[in-house]
Amino acid sequence: MNILVCVKRVPAPGARINITEDGQQVDTAFLGFTVSPHEECAVEAAVQLVEKHGGEVTVLTLGDVLAEEQLRTAASVGAVKAVLVPIEGMDWDAQRTASAISSAINALETANGTYDLILFGNESADSCGYQVGVRAAVKLGRPMVNGAKGIDVADGIATIRRESDAGQEIYNLPLPACIGVREGINLPRYPTMKGRLASKKVEIQRTEIAAEAGGLTMIQLQRPPERVSNTQILGTGPEAASAVVDLLVELGVFK
Amino acid sequence: MSVLVVVEHDRGTMTPASLGALTAGHNLAKQINTTMEAVTVGANADALSNSIAVFGATTIHQAHHAALIDFGPEAWGESVAQVVRKTSPQVVIGCGTERGHEVIAQVAARLDLPASMNCIEFDAAFDGTQPLRMTRARWGGSLLENAQLDASIKLVTLANHTVEPVEVPTTAKVAVIDVELDASVMHSFVRDRVERVAGVTLATAPVVVSGGRGVGSAEAFGPLEELAGLLGGIVGCSRAVTNNGWRNHTDQVGQTGTRIAPDIYIACGISGAIQHWVGAMASKNILAINTDREANIVTKAGYAVIGDLHKVVPAISAEIRRRRGQ
Repeated sequence: MNILVCVKRVPAPGARINITEDGQQVDTAFLGFTVSPHEECAVEAAVQLVEKHGGEVTVLTLGDVLAEEQLRTAASVGAVKAVLVPIEGMDWDAQRTASAISSAINALETANGTYDLILFGNESADSCGYQVGVRAAVKLGRPMVNGAKGIDVADGIATIRRESDAGQEIYNLPLPACIGVREGINLPRYPTMKGRLASKKVEIQRTEIAAEAGGLTMIQLQRPPERVSNTQILGTGPEAASAVVDLLVELGVFK
Repeated sequence: MSVLVVVEHDRGTMTPASLGALTAGHNLAKQINTTMEAVTVGANADALSNSIAVFGATTIHQAHHAALIDFGPEAWGESVAQVVRKTSPQVVIGCGTERGHEVIAQVAARLDLPASMNCIEFDAAFDGTQPLRMTRARWGGSLLENAQLDASIKLVTLANHTVEPVEVPTTAKVAVIDVELDASVMHSFVRDRVERVAGVTLATAPVVVSGGRGVGSAEAFGPLEELAGLLGGIVGCSRAVTNNGWRNHTDQVGQTGTRIAPDIYIACGISGAIQHWVGAMASKNILAINTDREANIVTKAGYAVIGDLHKVVPAISAEIRRRRGQ
């Protein structure tokens, strides 16, 4: 089976994110970059499915030339083809991104045949828009479920597990289908030395796509107000236990 | 003309996130001098009308179709899209939850409209005619974005836990809409469920006892389990713990894990990186147990104990047992 995974280059999670003085973008001077966490897991899920069922994994990103780094990262863990939809300057909004990605997929499928599965991240770590995958799926006319914490494929059906407050929900989608993957579906592997070397040789196909801007426009980024907390120190070491239980009583959680 | 709120429910049971969305919708409708209306998907939600009216909805649109029994993102999205086409609201508000984001994304895709997710505040000067300006959470809440939504119908989701529900009892009209759903949206219904064994979950637990890198190993979570058990709570963890394979990702609190809002969050050996903090910050109270007085989590928490969690946690459990006479 052939699987396409759409990924986004984002600053590495865990870092403090600073913004430029004009508030127009993230200050990237001291940041490392990575594949957005949900999508890192989507790449791993795709590689595992192909290991089981055969076929190949293609990875696609929309971004500037620096995003080639993330395509090669995906190639180092098992993607064999890589596609860059190049843009310059500021990030594209979700409508524009989805429009460009679905056009790129149409072009790729005309040349190479239909992908059985197209995987997205549930939402990008940086812009948190929750919509690019859904929009692309609707444009492509394919069924789509987000939030996947498990994917199995058999007899032309993708079975998707997703967590809910009450337990798990099971969805069945006929292939070809689109799925939004959540972190936790797997623990992504680290690239092997062989994988790293192979990733350097992967040819990155560039697919130029024009798309119109959508209706959501960023005006400015800002840091949320720092929570001012006059932390009340209840004590030091095990001797604080009594004060802690007093607090639990006061808050009504100890009955 | 209205503000339309998409009520989230699971087979007829309304979710808590819906109440905040209804109150946000009521407030915005008042601001632009229109009515707040609600939409429920599926006849099994018809009985919610009274509970919805309590939060100020004047009309409840009930989308009906024989297939609308369980949740299905595409069928729900298409149903809401048809209600939106029919009623032409100025603003549509969904819940900032997994299902809520997904349904609004489906509506947006089907109507080819922009959508702004995880909004925390709307422009107080909005009068219903101009583009809608708002503040939305990015990076899971560690950065905010002022944005502008320029469209005839503004689609948004409200970040969960940002608006306290307020009751404003109203008498609501009910309007049934028989929606038309074709085969293309029928695939993605929930086909089966695996119910968790009865008990509290991370998202709903009143007490969460969470461990970070400082716990040191999978086995060392034992005392945290014990404390959580004594308080009727549940154990959570940070991303470092999941990455080390000490606990399952389902226990992870944070941007890419679960957002929690317990009465008290007891954070043991967690430094409090921003991606963890945004998952825990809706907690009503936070108690940090940490050896480092300067750790992020300690400076942000309401309460702290400075010390080694391996000694402090068992001492708290012992004190609880002593007071219970055990």
